[in-house]
Amino acid sequence: MATYEEMSLRVRLFMKGYPFKRFKIDPVPVAPFDKSLSKARVALVTSAGFHTPEQPGFDQGISMGDASFREIPGHIDVQILLESHNSSSFDHAGIEADKNLALPVDRFRELEAEGAIGELNHRHFSFMGSILNPRRLIKETAPQVARSLRADKVDAVLLTPV
Amino acid sequence: MQTVSLIAAAIEREGISTVCISLLREVTSVIRPPRALFVPYPMGYPLGAPNDNALQRRIIDAALALLPRIDVPVFEEMQR
Repeated sequence: MATYEEMSLRVRLFMKGYPFKRFKIDPVPVAPFDKSLSKARVALVTSAGFHTPEQPGFDQGISMGDASFREIPGHIDVQILLESHNSSSFDHAGIEADKNLALPVDRFRELEAEGAIGELNHRHFSFMGSILNPRRLIKETAPQVARSLRADKVDAVLLTPV
Repeated sequence: MQTVSLIAAAIEREGISTVCISLLREVTSVIRPPRALFVPYPMGYPLGAPNDNALQRRIIDAALALLPRIDVPVFEEMQR
């Protein structure tokens, strides 16, 4: 696992000082997973800042973070996705080489073909992490994506940070 | 870690089970998404390594295995 010690001093000092406790989830919600995975519809969410070539990039000019999201079509070739995440807190080379590292659509297509999951949803969602002030994320954009996933009758979601 | 945790909570509140991959226990254990798998990889590498399909699959399988758990928050560590 990554630890604070491996990061640059600048990122480390920032993370030590950032008030993560302020956004503690309490109570922790729980939705029982009452289906077998082989019958479940699954969707993916990432905070890697991916978007399609047609979609606008994320706005790195918003100093407290861009809480918007991009809908990633399920049929897309993930390797054509672009990444507009400018955070220096991680090495971008991995996700540049293989988008599945943060949005594993190809792995889930394999799971679907094998019957290990019921089906992959027709769309996925991408955010850009490093949102210093997550107020709009909490109040507006995360609930909006959650409602869309419910409308899609999704049973389970895997979320991947960078 | 904070962003996906907060999104996971919103999704779970809509009645959909979620599991997060996490690269930083220090952050995720404070924010407390419903279910998280801590993986032993650097920031930027949530599924281990690019183009290593077998490793990516192992991590995904370990994460999906946490879905039935209701003793939230569920925090498990993936061994390398």
